[in-house]
Amino acid sequence: MLGRLGFDSLPFYSPVAFGGASVTVLGGLAVFVLVTYFGKWRYFWEEWLTSLDHKRIGIMYIVLALIMLVRGFVDALMMRAQQAIALNNNGYLAPEHFDQVFSSHGTIMIFFMAMPFLTGLVNIVVPQQIGARDVAFPFMNSISLWLTAAGAALVMVSLVIGKFSTAGWTGYPPYSGALYSPGVGVDYWVWAVLISGIGSTMTGINFIVTIIKCRTPSMRLMQMPLFTWTILCTSALMAFAFPALTVVTAMLALDRVLEFHFFTNALGGNMMNYVNLFWIWGHPEVYILILPAFGVYSEVTATFSQKRLFGYKSLVYATAAITILSFSVWLHHFFTMGSGPNVNAVFGMATMIIAVPTGVKIFDWVFTMYKGRIIFHPSMLFTIGFLITFVIGGVSGVLLAIPPADFLMHNSTFLVAHFHNVLIPGAVFGYFAGFQYWFPKAVGFKLNKKWGVRSFWFWIIGFYVAFMPLYALGFLGMTRRMERYELAEWQPYLMVAALGALFVLMGIICQGMQLYVSIRDRDREQNMDVTGDPYNGRTLEWQTSSPPAEYNFAKIPEVRELDAFWDMKQRGVAYAPQAPYEDIHLPRNTGIGVFLGGLGFLLGFAVTWYIWWLVALCFIGILTCLIVRASQDHTFEIIPAAEIEAHETARFKALAEHKQAPGDFWS
Amino acid sequence: MKHLFLRAFIWGISLLGLLLVVAGCSLQTSPIADPKGPIALMERDLLYTAFFIMLIVVIPVFIMVFWFAWRYRAKGGSGEYKPEWSKSRTIEVFVWSIPTVIIIALGYLVWTYSHLLDPYKKIAAPENTINVQVIAQDWKWLFIYPELGIASVNELAFPADKAISLKLTSDTVMNSFLIPALGGQIYAMAGMTTQLNLQANEPGRFRGRNTQYSGDGYSMQFFDAVAMTTQEFEDWVANVKAQSKPLSTVTYNELAKPSIEHDVEFFSWVKPGLFEEVLKKYARRPAPTLRRHTPPPTQTNCEGNKPC
Repeated sequence: MLGRLGFDSLPFYSPVAFGGASVTVLGGLAVFVLVTYFGKWRYFWEEWLTSLDHKRIGIMYIVLALIMLVRGFVDALMMRAQQAIALNNNGYLAPEHFDQVFSSHGTIMIFFMAMPFLTGLVNIVVPQQIGARDVAFPFMNSISLWLTAAGAALVMVSLVIGKFSTAGWTGYPPYSGALYSPGVGVDYWVWAVLISGIGSTMTGINFIVTIIKCRTPSMRLMQMPLFTWTILCTSALMAFAFPALTVVTAMLALDRVLEFHFFTNALGGNMMNYVNLFWIWGHPEVYILILPAFGVYSEVTATFSQKRLFGYKSLVYATAAITILSFSVWLHHFFTMGSGPNVNAVFGMATMIIAVPTGVKIFDWVFTMYKGRIIFHPSMLFTIGFLITFVIGGVSGVLLAIPPADFLMHNSTFLVAHFHNVLIPGAVFGYFAGFQYWFPKAVGFKLNKKWGVRSFWFWIIGFYVAFMPLYALGFLGMTRRMERYELAEWQPYLMVAALGALFVLMGIICQGMQLYVSIRDRDREQNMDVTGDPYNGRTLEWQTSSPPAEYNFAKIPEVRELDAFWDMKQRGVAYAPQAPYEDIHLPRNTGIGVFLGGLGFLLGFAVTWYIWWLVALCFIGILTCLIVRASQDHTFEIIPAAEIEAHETARFKALAEHKQAPGDFWS
Repeated sequence: MKHLFLRAFIWGISLLGLLLVVAGCSLQTSPIADPKGPIALMERDLLYTAFFIMLIVVIPVFIMVFWFAWRYRAKGGSGEYKPEWSKSRTIEVFVWSIPTVIIIALGYLVWTYSHLLDPYKKIAAPENTINVQVIAQDWKWLFIYPELGIASVNELAFPADKAISLKLTSDTVMNSFLIPALGGQIYAMAGMTTQLNLQANEPGRFRGRNTQYSGDGYSMQFFDAVAMTTQEFEDWVANVKAQSKPLSTVTYNELAKPSIEHDVEFFSWVKPGLFEEVLKKYARRPAPTLRRHTPPPTQTNCEGNKPC
């Protein structure tokens, strides 16, 4: 009846596993009890969970990302602690447990922290930046969110019921095959990645169409803000790369469940086919994570240098070049496969070519600061931290792109240091910068600056202290993923790295404090963002109120040049009266996205545990949901012109009464 | 805020400096910074060369970021403010061309050294090369000396004045073979063979390990590569042959069972063709060979499933 599921699946076999499970269960219970106590279920369901408003979907994405950031970071702390003590002893984690920890750390940080974080920022910002009222496919957007949440839920459930994969976030076969990993762990991983990956593919399609088709008609392509450009490129990468991941994980699932032989040792299977397909998704994925951050940096640098972005065209071409080139370099993840020198050299050189547009971008940001008036808002601090640190990661990346040098460093902690050195400053700092930057836009009040600055310093120092020793350890011949080791000369470095992780922990605590203090003091006058334009912004999202009305723009804005809103302010038309108002059509909320996500989660869970009747039920349920949705006639509602007029009049009145002029927050 | 900025900055820099000093001291003994064989030495030098070439871009970026951030800061900065300045053909030409030139230089290095340091390329003439067949098992390494008819577990002995030519496969999941002090790295995959050619400069003992995560015993799956004088190697071979432990199909299957921290073990006799047997075990259809092109025909003996 319950397939492989039984009482022995509960984590009573190890105190550490039990602790993790308890925290998860208690955390979930606490949320449930609190929401029930305050009687907010109806509010959450009607206003948030079922919402098709891109801004709310964006906020939910970011909430998911922040929760998963904490979970993924706890994994990181556990690994650093284990390695700091495990010289010639087993430390406090058994091998199998340590292996689950590094697998879930990578999986969570990539799929359930970084992806939702960037998708959340995209959702909140892009439609506003292009003067649109919504995304092209709002219902699909909701499905994307709930499929991502379903994947994250599968990973979290694996803490409580059964075990997670031990095959690393890349899940290389044949180790991840049924023969060598017979348990449920890899199945959890496969279905979490597969289900959330489908969501990401849909997000990609959604934003390509949104950016191409839903821009305000007056905005030409070369007038799009740079963030929008990077998201167009990211979306293209998502739409073209994620299917490869979906296919390869589905093939692995077929191998495991139905005894196919795609990637097995025997019967003509070949694990390198998996590795190739995985990285055909995996390398573009790196740019899916990094390009949005590059977009954030472009916006932040221009705004806080109070200056036009330097070399806009160069930046656009460089972004496009990176997008295309990112599909041509996947083999550099396995130079050691034994392909010939011609193949290795070609992929090595292709990889290096990406360094050119990336270098150009760095210089363009640096020259944006040149002759500016730089304000050290936390988001600008993260940007400057990125500029310095990312260059180091870029250098180690080019070193690894040289096949003979890679032979020395492949699978070493040097590699671990490298990809954290590009992904933390290159992606995570960018998301944090974007979070700090657009926070008032999303919720209507500002983030506390002091705690933001503190978190930045803890993060950047923690980063260096945690990862520079790993570079050195690479030179000392330490490989990744070791739960114990026999060489005493490694230990001091690992202890320093653990100290670095503690610094980062302080950074995360500061971010928590920042959120707490900001929410607590949100009603103080100096913290309210009444104007919707707290930084004297340049792009269209600052024209809307904070938080924006459901319809973003009462009148679709007229764009004349690149920094459209800046130009409007110069011409004095930024807040011109907009009457007469017209009715606006917006999508009606629907719970079907939530149901589909829930069914996706159940489906993944059922396949993982071989509960076949439930699999069948889930398929029927999904089909039913789609049929119900397809036969709904009234998927849109109308906001009458009178309501819009009342809302807008109130806003202009508040603007007029407010002492602050737009952007005056900083002067 | 400025004070916090400065204080934290000074803290960070001094911590980093301390770290660099400590790192610099102990790195002198690192197998990669201080390699023991010609291949590893060339690979290291390549790494260093590329690093120094890249400093041409890196150092200006560092200087400019700090300098601009200081000079153009809003409160108290002394730089002039030109909010509309956003284009400069001169700068654009420089920022595109300098990285391009550097990448062309590095690309030349990549092409040349990828061929020069091809792991399949034989280093020495056949009479100066020791052939070893390597089988990755859970969680140990089996080294078969086909010409000597002996085998060892977790110890790769060879005379320091000869090159070693390794032919690798796996009898379990994918492994990756690396001896950092000697250089090179190659995957070992079931049903397939890969090759690796290495050499030591002088007698010595070097740590080698599997770098590809493979399960519970992975962390302790290391071995010693021991470069010996000719005399020592002859003694070692004689000692192995005196063990009277044969490696037949039966004892092999016993050995192949998973074991963690397996001791060094010697086999005085190896069933001829054992390596090929392990290889073919996974291939009801012919084993796919990854490598399409054949390396220069320095190979004298025909073995395995390769046509010759």
